[in-house]
Amino acid sequence: MSEYIMEVNDLKTHFHTKTGVVKAVDGVNFKVKKGEILGIVGESGCGKSVTSQSIMRLVGSKSSEHVSGEVRYHGEDLLLKTEREMEKIRGKDISMVFQDPMTSLNPAYNVGTQIAEMPEIHEKKPKKAAWKRAVEMLTKVGIPSSEKRAHQYPHQYSGGMRQRGVIAMSLACDPDLIIADEPTTALDVTIQAQVLDLLRKLRDDTGTAIMMITHDLGVVAELCDRVAVMYAGKIVEEGTIEDIFDRPKHPYTKGLLNSVPRPGRRERLQPIEGQPPNLQNLPQGCRFQDRCPFVMDKCLAQQPELLPAESEQHTVACWLEEEGQPDGDRGTRKNRQPEEAL
Amino acid sequence: MISYIIKRLLISIPVLFGISILAFFLVRLVPGDTVTAMLGNNYTPERAEALRAKYGLDESVLTQYVLWLKNVLQGDFGYSHFTNTPVLQAILIRLPITIELAVLSVVIAVILAIPLGTISALKRNSKFDYGASFAGMLGISIPNFWLGTLMILFFSLYAGWFPSGGFVGLYESVWGNLRSMILPAIALGTAVGAVAMRMTRSSMLEVTNQDYIKMARAKGVSKRRMIMRHALKNALVPVVTVLGIQTGYLLGGSVVVEQIFGLPGVGQLSLQAITNRDYALLQGTILFIASAFVIINLIVDIIYGFLDPQIRY
Amino acid sequence: MSDIWYQFKKNKIALFGLFMTTAFIIAAIVAPLLAPYDPYKMSGAESLAGPSMAHWLGTDQFGRDIWSRIIYGTRISLKVGIISVGISLVVGTLIGVVAAYYGKWVDSVLSRLTDVMFSFPDILLALVIMAILGPSLTNLMIAIGIVYTPIFARIARGAVLTIKNALFIEAAKSMGISNVKIMWKHILPNSLAPLIVQVTLSLAFAILAEAALSFLGLGASPDTPSWGIMLSEGKNWMEQAWWIAVFPGIAITLAVFSFNVMGDGLRDALDPKLKNESS
Repeated sequence: MSEYIMEVNDLKTHFHTKTGVVKAVDGVNFKVKKGEILGIVGESGCGKSVTSQSIMRLVGSKSSEHVSGEVRYHGEDLLLKTEREMEKIRGKDISMVFQDPMTSLNPAYNVGTQIAEMPEIHEKKPKKAAWKRAVEMLTKVGIPSSEKRAHQYPHQYSGGMRQRGVIAMSLACDPDLIIADEPTTALDVTIQAQVLDLLRKLRDDTGTAIMMITHDLGVVAELCDRVAVMYAGKIVEEGTIEDIFDRPKHPYTKGLLNSVPRPGRRERLQPIEGQPPNLQNLPQGCRFQDRCPFVMDKCLAQQPELLPAESEQHTVACWLEEEGQPDGDRGTRKNRQPEEAL
Repeated sequence: MISYIIKRLLISIPVLFGISILAFFLVRLVPGDTVTAMLGNNYTPERAEALRAKYGLDESVLTQYVLWLKNVLQGDFGYSHFTNTPVLQAILIRLPITIELAVLSVVIAVILAIPLGTISALKRNSKFDYGASFAGMLGISIPNFWLGTLMILFFSLYAGWFPSGGFVGLYESVWGNLRSMILPAIALGTAVGAVAMRMTRSSMLEVTNQDYIKMARAKGVSKRRMIMRHALKNALVPVVTVLGIQTGYLLGGSVVVEQIFGLPGVGQLSLQAITNRDYALLQGTILFIASAFVIINLIVDIIYGFLDPQIRY
Repeated sequence: MSDIWYQFKKNKIALFGLFMTTAFIIAAIVAPLLAPYDPYKMSGAESLAGPSMAHWLGTDQFGRDIWSRIIYGTRISLKVGIISVGISLVVGTLIGVVAAYYGKWVDSVLSRLTDVMFSFPDILLALVIMAILGPSLTNLMIAIGIVYTPIFARIARGAVLTIKNALFIEAAKSMGISNVKIMWKHILPNSLAPLIVQVTLSLAFAILAEAALSFLGLGASPDTPSWGIMLSEGKNWMEQAWWIAVFPGIAITLAVFSFNVMGDGLRDALDPKLKNESS
């Protein structure tokens, strides 16, 4: 048994539309270790949500959706499974938490019933036992007087409580992996912290791996063990949290880090200029070429591969690695004015 | 839930009161004189006077309304000279037929509408969807009296499968009763079914786009269970509302359909009340039908409360 | 406007509706050119004749040509439809706008009244009004007009309420523009889209109601070439002559269908939210 529960190889998800092919995910590789929290970070529209839905096979059923590559889960390729087989895996082995807790619970059923449905369909539990499990799960995610709360409907819950409910649901069958797609984005900051705490605590208790999809580097810093940075349908850098935050290699990663405030640093924020490329009309060569301060001729001609830098687990897809690092520390930009400190 | 039902009931009271006013005064505007019609060939001015006094027709209209309403609230709807029975009795004898017709129509409509609308939504823009949309539009457009006539022509006169009219009581023969009711119920239910189908389709389309349906799939719910359990209950909320409103139209349609198929129901009775200038009977039937509409919508509101937990207050 | 047409045009069946309604309107205008016979002319020798070269759709029990009567029937149906919907539109919109604009007790009274009227099945209410007014084509138009008034009142009220508190109305008020002027210049144009759709759909209802009431013998006088009257006569002769009962029914269904699909297409074209959903 390998230490990885999931290996994603060359995953591509292309949408065929009237106006052309949208390459939302275009050759993504990453691995998830047992019990780890892997962050997938990127701007909105970079393909991180589509990646997660492709893994779960929630996209790919329509004729306009083309998913290729490999998603090896305990060695078996999920993309080759039948829909029936996928139904058994979804929720039981791999479960999901979506962004908006306001809409991801069904308004027509009480929360307990919705959680109890998981053991009912996956473990063939009788109604009573399933309900008992639902109440236990609610207690576990920190919902007070869970017996009573289980009987209530989603509209009677606050936003944070709903997301706890969704998390309880995703945990109900003790999955190996939870894919959390921006689970805190729609919540207030204080509630966000509580939900992140909860996720970490649940991982520590149950050993469930979590794939945390987010655009928020703060969330990553708080929660993740490893991080993959995604840009325009590709992963551009991957490494441990220390690798990424302390020794970023890719200019995009550096740019991302410079565009969020960090405690202890008193420099002015430096947003990345320009827009991500149109996924229907991607440039030849590196996808970050238009926005990269260190762009070279090679970048325009050929796409860089994701290769190890420094250590085996810290990989980066940038020609600078071959050519040697540019001068200056991280975040060096053409328009930087070093004297300008607050 | 109880307080919700009581609240709905209280809202209905002024509407029912308004209905009684409209039913009474509209009928009083109908030209022609009941007393003259009642006496027929035996008409003399003295007898007419006596009858007017007996029924309080010599009082002012307002007094008559108050008197009528007081009696109605005590279950006395007056006397129908056309049927020669008390109005309430005349209505109650015919009511089961209309209720059976209405229930059968709605059942047929729902049985067809919900599966067809659901499949249309799931196979959106397919040939099936286009076919169903076309059939739905046709169902709304085809007049029930013509559909009834056509069915009599084909299924009764040519094929001889069904009687072309008349009514067989449920207690005489269950099979005979069904045979006499099925064509009228189809004629009446087609439009209701068509409207409900269109509503099911659009409502289903909206629901299947919701996050909780994506969530259900991510939970590993089978497609069948996703539709039957997760989508349909939410999609049915607006369909039930539409069905309630349609049932009102259905009561109006029963006037026409009962006439074509010779079914002695309340609809036909109201038509007879008009042609025979039977005030008391007409007031009674109108009051009954309009109140039935209000009550049906009250029931719909309550069903709504069960389907959509957010409604409860 | 061109955008609305562009949206409408994409919907093939709505386009068919537009084409057919135009055809019906033209047929009504040039009826004498299209009808080979006088629709009232009886001919004992030719009674109950089946469809033939001489009488395309056959004749009725009095030997009157059915095709000619159907063509002339278009005039009756459209006239009843347009005038009765005109009555509902004017009266209903007025009631709705007044109720919404003045609010308070005016709104309560008018809204309760429409609620009560809604509780009467449309056909039954029309029947009673016809009983009061007596059978004639004019009265039929008035009766149908009254019956569909509450729908327009409700739509107009709803539309006005949603924009009444909009900023641009506040702005107009603060500039001292009079109430009537505000209603006419600002509120009505904004309520137009739902009203236009309702007009089209109501035309379908009105044609249907005219036929139903005439079918029951409470509409126009019995010799009038109204589709509903033709049907009710045809029903009595169905065993000998199916064509009398079948062809007028096709005419009614086609006319109602055309207005309905056109109304549907208009709604989709006028409502940008629905438009995106269906694309």
